[in-house]
Amino acid sequence: MMRRLVTVWHARNLEFLRDRATLLFTLLVPLAIVIGMGIVFGGPPRPLFKVGVLSDHLAAEAHPFLHERYFDFVAEHDPAAGMHGVARNQLDLLLDLRAATARYWVNPDSPKGYIAERLLLQADPHAVRAPVSGQAVRYVDWLFPGILGMNMMFSCLFGVGYVVLRYRKSGFLKRLHATPLSAFEFLTAQVLSRLGLILLVTAILYVGVGTIIHFKSAGSILLLALVAGLGALSMISFGLIIAARFSSEELVGGLLNLLAWPMMLVSGIWFSLEGSPGWVRLIAKLFPLTHVLDAARAITLDGAGIGAIAPDVVYLGGTTLVFLVLGAWTFRWRAD
Amino acid sequence: MSGPILEVQALVKHYPSVAAVDGVSYAVPEGTCFGLLGPNGAGKTTTIEIMEGILAPTSGAVLYRGEPLGRRFREEAGILFQKTALQEFLTVRQTIALFRGLYDHGLDPDEVIRVCALEKLKGRDNRKLSGGQLQRLLLAVALVNDPAILFLDEPTTGLDPQARRNFWELIASIKARNKTIILTTHYMEEAELLCDEIAIMDRGRIIAQGAPRALLHQHFADVLLELPSQEFPEAARALPLQVFEAADRIEITTNDLDGTLRALMDARVPLTHLRIRPPNLEDLFLELTGKELRA
Repeated sequence: MMRRLVTVWHARNLEFLRDRATLLFTLLVPLAIVIGMGIVFGGPPRPLFKVGVLSDHLAAEAHPFLHERYFDFVAEHDPAAGMHGVARNQLDLLLDLRAATARYWVNPDSPKGYIAERLLLQADPHAVRAPVSGQAVRYVDWLFPGILGMNMMFSCLFGVGYVVLRYRKSGFLKRLHATPLSAFEFLTAQVLSRLGLILLVTAILYVGVGTIIHFKSAGSILLLALVAGLGALSMISFGLIIAARFSSEELVGGLLNLLAWPMMLVSGIWFSLEGSPGWVRLIAKLFPLTHVLDAARAITLDGAGIGAIAPDVVYLGGTTLVFLVLGAWTFRWRAD
Repeated sequence: MSGPILEVQALVKHYPSVAAVDGVSYAVPEGTCFGLLGPNGAGKTTTIEIMEGILAPTSGAVLYRGEPLGRRFREEAGILFQKTALQEFLTVRQTIALFRGLYDHGLDPDEVIRVCALEKLKGRDNRKLSGGQLQRLLLAVALVNDPAILFLDEPTTGLDPQARRNFWELIASIKARNKTIILTTHYMEEAELLCDEIAIMDRGRIIAQGAPRALLHQHFADVLLELPSQEFPEAARALPLQVFEAADRIEITTNDLDGTLRALMDARVPLTHLRIRPPNLEDLFLELTGKELRA
C-alpha cells in the first residue's frame, strides 16, 4: 500500500512543481497575505467603536470620554451628516463638545451604540442624549444588502470561471473555435447565462430572508434589480478575465480567491468604510461590489432615485464592457 | 473537378525542439478527397489544424478559394477533430441543434440526423454513446453547416472494424454529394477506398504525392510476394531479387512472377505459406521510409 501511496504522492508533486505558474502563485500568495495583514492589522490595536465628534479639536483633554481605549474618534464638522451616520450605523455614536454640556446622538437599535453610550455616561454622567432626526436603521437592514452582495460576488466569480476552464481542458472550446463563434460572443453568452441564475437566487434570498427579518426597501425594487443585474454582469466579467486565459484549476482558483477576498474585506459588506484611510477607500472604489453595495444601500435605506446612484450604475456598466473586451482580447480557446 | 478550393503554401510549424511541419505545399481541387498519410508524429494533425485555422503556422499560408482563412471559411468548413469533447447533459439532437445555431446557413438538424443514421439515438444523452455512435454524432456536428469542405482527422481511429466500415460508407455517401474532403489517416485501406489524391508525410515533409493507384504504379512492380522469415533460408538471400525484410516476414516485389517462383523453388525455399498480393499504400510507405505506417 505504501509503495502505491508514495508513487502517487511523487507523481502529484512532480505535476505541481512542473506547473510553473501555479507554483509561483502558490509561493507568492502567502507573501502577499503577510504584507496585506501587516498593512491592515499592523501598528496599534484596532478600535472597536467609531464615534463622530463635533468639536474644533480632538485632544484627549477636551473631554474625559476621549481617553477611552479601542474607540476611533472621528472629527465631524456637519451635524446633519453625523446624525445620518448614526441613523445608518456608520457611526456608533455622535458626540457634540461645542457647548459646555456634552450632547450625544445614538441609534436606539444599535448594540454597539448601546455599549458606547454606557461608557460615555460613565465618563461624563452629565452628557445629554438628543433625539436622532429621521428614521433610525437597524444594523440588520444595513447588513442585508451586504450579505446578498457577497453571495452574488462568489457566485459570479467562481460560477463561470470554472465552467470555462472545464470547457477549455476538455477540448470543447477548441471545437467551438472551429465555428464562426467569436470569443466575445462566447463570453457574453456565458455571462448572460450566469446572470439569469444569479438574479433568480438573489430574488429568492431577498424575498425569503427579507420576510423573516421584516426588511423593507425605502426605494424602488426595480432600481434595486437594475443595480443587482449590472453588478452581477460586472463581477462575472471580472472573473472571466482570469478564466479567459489559464488552464490550471489551482491557478485559476487561487487567482479568483485573490479577487474575492480583498473585495469581501474592503467593499463594505460587514462594516462601513467611514473613517478608513484614503487608500483603502480608493481601492474599495475600484471594486464593482463597493458600487453595488453603495447603490443598493442608498436605494433601500434612503430611498435614492436613479439620479443619486447614476455614478455607480455608469461604473458598473462601464466595467462590464471593459472586462468583457479585455476577456475576449486575452481569450484562449486551447489548453496548450 | 474545378480549380483548387484550398491551397497550402510553404507551410512551416516549429515547436521549441522540433519542426512539426517543414515546408509543406499542395493544392486541393474542389469536389475531391485529399488524404494525408503518415505514422504518428509525422505532422499530419499539425498540418490539418493549420489548414483548419485552429493553429497558427510559423510561416507559410493557407488559402481558401484564393483568400486567407476568414469568416467565409469558418461558415463553409466542417471539422471533425481527432479528439474532442461536447457540451455535457445534452441529447444528440440538442447537440446538433447547438452547433447548427452557430452558423448562418446549414441543414435542418433532423436532416443531419438522418444522413448520419442517428434517428434512434437522437433523444440519448451524448455521454452515453458508444465509440462508433459518438463518431457519427461528431460527423453530424461537422455537417450541420452543409460544408463545402470537410476536414476529418483520423476519423476511424479506435473504432472496431464494423463501425469503421459503416463510417467509410457514410463518408463515401458525403463524398458523392460533391463535397471536398481532407482526410488524415494511418489506415491505408481507408485512404485507398476514399481518397482521389494522397500525400504521404514523414518528419513534417511530404515524401510522395499523387493518386493512390498512380503512386503504386510509379513505385512498384506488378505483384508482391510474402513469406514467413523463418522459412526463407540464408542461401536464398543471395538470389537476384528485390527483397525487403519486415518484422516477421520477407517481401519480394517483382514483375516476373514465373521467373521469381522458379528461382525460389530452385533455391529450395518452401512455398507452402507463400502469399501473392498487389502492393498497397502500406508497402509504399515502407518502400519510401523503411518504416511501417502504424509505427
